[in-house]
Amino acid sequence: MATMPMAVDRAQKFEKVCSILDRHSRKASGLIPILQAIQHEYQYLPEEVLTYVATSLDVPPARVFGVATFYAHFALEPKGTHVIRVCDGTACHVKQSIPVLNALREKLGTTETSKTTQDMLFTLETVACLGACGLAPVIVIDEQVHGQITPEHALALVDEIKGQEVSLASGSAVAEQPSAEECHA
Amino acid sequence: MRAGPLLLSSPRPRSVMPNAEAVALEIMNGNGSTAPAQVRRVVVCAGTGCMANGAMKVYEKFKSEMASSGVHVILELRAEADDDEVRLSKSGCQGFCQMGPLVSVAPEGILYCKVHSEDVAEIVKQTLVGGQVVERLLYKDPSTRKSCRGFSDNPFYSRQNRLVLRECGFLDPEDIDEYMLHGGYKAARMAYVDMSPEEICKVITESGLRGRGGGGFPTGRKWDAARVQNSTKKYVICNGDEGDPGAFMNRSVMEGNPHSVIEGIMIAARAIGAIEGLVYVRAEYPLAVERMRRAVADAEREGILGKNVFGTGLSMKCDVMEGAGAFVCGEETAMIASIEGQRGMPRPKPPFPAQSGLWGKPTIINNVETLAHVSRILNVGPEMFRSIGTKESPGTKTFALTGHVANTGLVEVPFGTTLREIVYNIGGGVTDDTGKVWKNGFKAVQIGGPSGGCLTEEHLDLPLAYESLRAVGAMVGSGGLVTMNQNTCMVGIARFFMQFTQRESCGKCLLCREGTRQLLALLDDVIEGHADANTLVLLEQLGHAVQVGSLCGLGRTAPNPVLSTMRYFRKEYEEHVFEKRCRTGRCKALLRPEINQTKCKGCGVCFVACPVGAISGEKKKPYHIDPELCIKCGACAAACKLHAVEGI
Repeated sequence: MATMPMAVDRAQKFEKVCSILDRHSRKASGLIPILQAIQHEYQYLPEEVLTYVATSLDVPPARVFGVATFYAHFALEPKGTHVIRVCDGTACHVKQSIPVLNALREKLGTTETSKTTQDMLFTLETVACLGACGLAPVIVIDEQVHGQITPEHALALVDEIKGQEVSLASGSAVAEQPSAEECHA
Repeated sequence: MRAGPLLLSSPRPRSVMPNAEAVALEIMNGNGSTAPAQVRRVVVCAGTGCMANGAMKVYEKFKSEMASSGVHVILELRAEADDDEVRLSKSGCQGFCQMGPLVSVAPEGILYCKVHSEDVAEIVKQTLVGGQVVERLLYKDPSTRKSCRGFSDNPFYSRQNRLVLRECGFLDPEDIDEYMLHGGYKAARMAYVDMSPEEICKVITESGLRGRGGGGFPTGRKWDAARVQNSTKKYVICNGDEGDPGAFMNRSVMEGNPHSVIEGIMIAARAIGAIEGLVYVRAEYPLAVERMRRAVADAEREGILGKNVFGTGLSMKCDVMEGAGAFVCGEETAMIASIEGQRGMPRPKPPFPAQSGLWGKPTIINNVETLAHVSRILNVGPEMFRSIGTKESPGTKTFALTGHVANTGLVEVPFGTTLREIVYNIGGGVTDDTGKVWKNGFKAVQIGGPSGGCLTEEHLDLPLAYESLRAVGAMVGSGGLVTMNQNTCMVGIARFFMQFTQRESCGKCLLCREGTRQLLALLDDVIEGHADANTLVLLEQLGHAVQVGSLCGLGRTAPNPVLSTMRYFRKEYEEHVFEKRCRTGRCKALLRPEINQTKCKGCGVCFVACPVGAISGEKKKPYHIDPELCIKCGACAAACKLHAVEGI
C-alpha cells in the first residue's frame, strides 16, 4: 500500500515519456526513434528516464544504455541554452576550422570533455560534417548555419547572444514589475 | 488520382530548363516534356548553403517586390499559365554553393550570384520589368575575368553533365505536381504496370549501373539476388547516411529532388517484390529529413504510395528514419542493426542482406544517388545510360568539390572525366588560404573521404572511375573531393582522418578498435617530433594489419589515408621524422622560431610580447629566442614590425 503514492508520482513524472512510448507501440525495435523523441523533449537523456524506458520495453537497461552511448547524437548530460556546433569535416578542417574551435573554447572556457559552460548558457561541440562544405568553415548556432566563419566572427556571434540574454533577463525583470503592482492593487 | 489527368490534360507541357539545350536534354533525360522554355520564372536556391546566406529573405523580398512592381507573380504551379505571369519558386541545391544565394531567371537562363535582399528591387526592375541583365550580380570567371550570363557560359555548369542534379536546380522540391509535370513517376508506373520484376532487373543490369555509395557493386545483380529469394516479406532501404566528412551529394538530392529518390525506391521494391521501403537519413541533415517526409506524405496523398499502386493491387509504403550519428551505420549490416533498434555494429557477410537482412528478410540497400538514377534508366533505356561514362563505370557521378578550390560546390560529370577537368576547368583552379587563385598551388586531392586516398599532381590526367582509382590506392567512395593546396600538411591530413575513424570505430574488431588508436598515436609522434625510422615501419605494418583484420568497410579502409599519403608524400613524412621539420609550418611542435639577426634592429617589442621570457638580448642589438623555453605561441612574430621572427 505504501508504494501507491510513489507509483502515482512516478506515473505523473513520466507522463510525457509514456506518451512517446505509446506512440511507438512500446516496441524495443523503435528504441532509437523513442530515444530521439525523449531527447527532443528533455534536451538530453536523463538516467532515470532510460531505466524507465528499459522497464517499459521489457529489455535490460544495458541494452538501452548501450544504444544511448553508441550514437553521437544522444546526450547523457544536459546541454546549455545555446548549442554551438563547430563543423570539423574535411573541407572545414583544411579551411582552418580548428582555430575557430580553439577561439570559442578559450572564450567559453569549455574543453573537449566538458562541453557546457557553468552558467548553462552554451554548449560547444564539434560535429563530423554538416554537409555545408561549400561554405567551409561552418558553425551552427541553435540550428542557424553560419558559413565562411573566422575566429573573430564566431566570437562576435557569441557576444551577440550574450547581449541578447542580458537584455532578455533585464526585459523580463521590467515585465514582471507591473504584474507585481497589479497583485498589490 | 490527380497524377494521370494533370499529366495528360496539361495543354502546354512546359519546360523551365534554364538553358538552350533544354529540349535535347529533356529528351535525353526522358522526362517527356519537349516544349520549348517559355514561361517566365524566378528560382531562388533554397539549398542549405544558400539558406545559410539568407536565401529565404531574398525569396520573401522577391514576393513583396514583384507584387509592388505590378509583376503578375504566381507562387503555385498551375496547369494553365497566363502569358504575363512570372512564377516565383524555391529549388533545391543548385550546386554553386560558394556563390550563394543564387537566383536564376528563366527562360533567359540568367544566373545571379550572391544575391541579397537589397539587390532584389534592382533585379525586378531591370530584368523582370525592363528585360535587362544586372551586370554586377553576374558570376565573373576568376581566370578570364569575364562575366558569365548564366548556366550556358559559366564553366562551372557548362562543363558538367548534370543528370541527377539537374532537376535539383529548378524543381520545387516541395511540389509533387511539378515533379509529375516533368515526367515524374512515369517510370514507376511503367515498372508496376508494364514490366515484370525480371525485366526491371534486366534493364538495370544492362545499364551497368553501379552503387554510388562507394563499393560500386552492380545494382542489377544486387536486386536480382533479392528478387530470387523466396520470402513473404522483403525490404528496400535507401542509404542516406552520408557520413563522409566533406561530402554532401546525397543531402542535395534528398533536399532538392526527394521524389526522384522515392520513385527509385518504388522501382527497386517492384523489382524485388518488396512492399516496404525505408529511407535512413543522417541526423545532421534536418532539411533533408523534412523534405523526404513531406515527399512521402505527398506521394501517399496522391495515391502513388499506398494500398493500390497504379491500380495494380500491389501495395507500397515508405518510411523515413533519422539516424543518430554513427558513421559505421553507412555499412549495410550496421544500418540494419540500427533500424532494428540495436547498436549499429556490422556482422559478418554472408549471409548478405539480399538473402537475410532487416528482420531476417531479404533486403536491398541502395545509396540515394543510385536510386535517383533508376527512373531515368527506365525512361531512356539502358543503352542511352551506357553511352555516358566509361565501359566499366557507365553514367555520371556527383562529386562534392570542396577545400582550396575557387568554385566549391556540387558537380556531376561522366565517369572517366579527369581530375584536371574537375579541379581546374569546373572548379576554377586551386586557391591560397585567402581564397585567391594560386596558379601552382595544387598539392593533392583527397577522394572518398576517410576510406579513400590521395591523388597527386601525377594523377591529374587520370580518368576517374571505379577501377582506375582502385589501382592507385584510392576509391570513388561517396564522392567527396577535397582539394588541398601547398600549405596543407599531409601528415596532418592523415592524422585528421585517423582521428575520425578511430572515434567512429564501433569497437567490435580488435584490430580496428585498438589498431586505429595506435595508428593515431604513431601519427601524433610524427607530428610532435617524437618519431624515429621505426615509427614509419610500424605505421605501414599496422596499417596493413588493420586492413586485413577488420570485418567491415570502416576498418578495412581506415588506414587508407595514412598508407596513401605515405606512398605519395613519403618525403614529407621523412622530413617530420628525421629533420623534425614540417614544410608547411602547420605542425606546431616542429616549429623553430628564430630571429633573423640581420633584420632585427633590437627594438625589444618581441621581448615584451613573449609571455614566457624566452627572448633575451639588449636594446639596439639583435635579440635571441631560447628554443628550450619557447612555447611557439607566435606572439613575437605578431609583434615584430620588421618580420624578423622567422620559422613560425
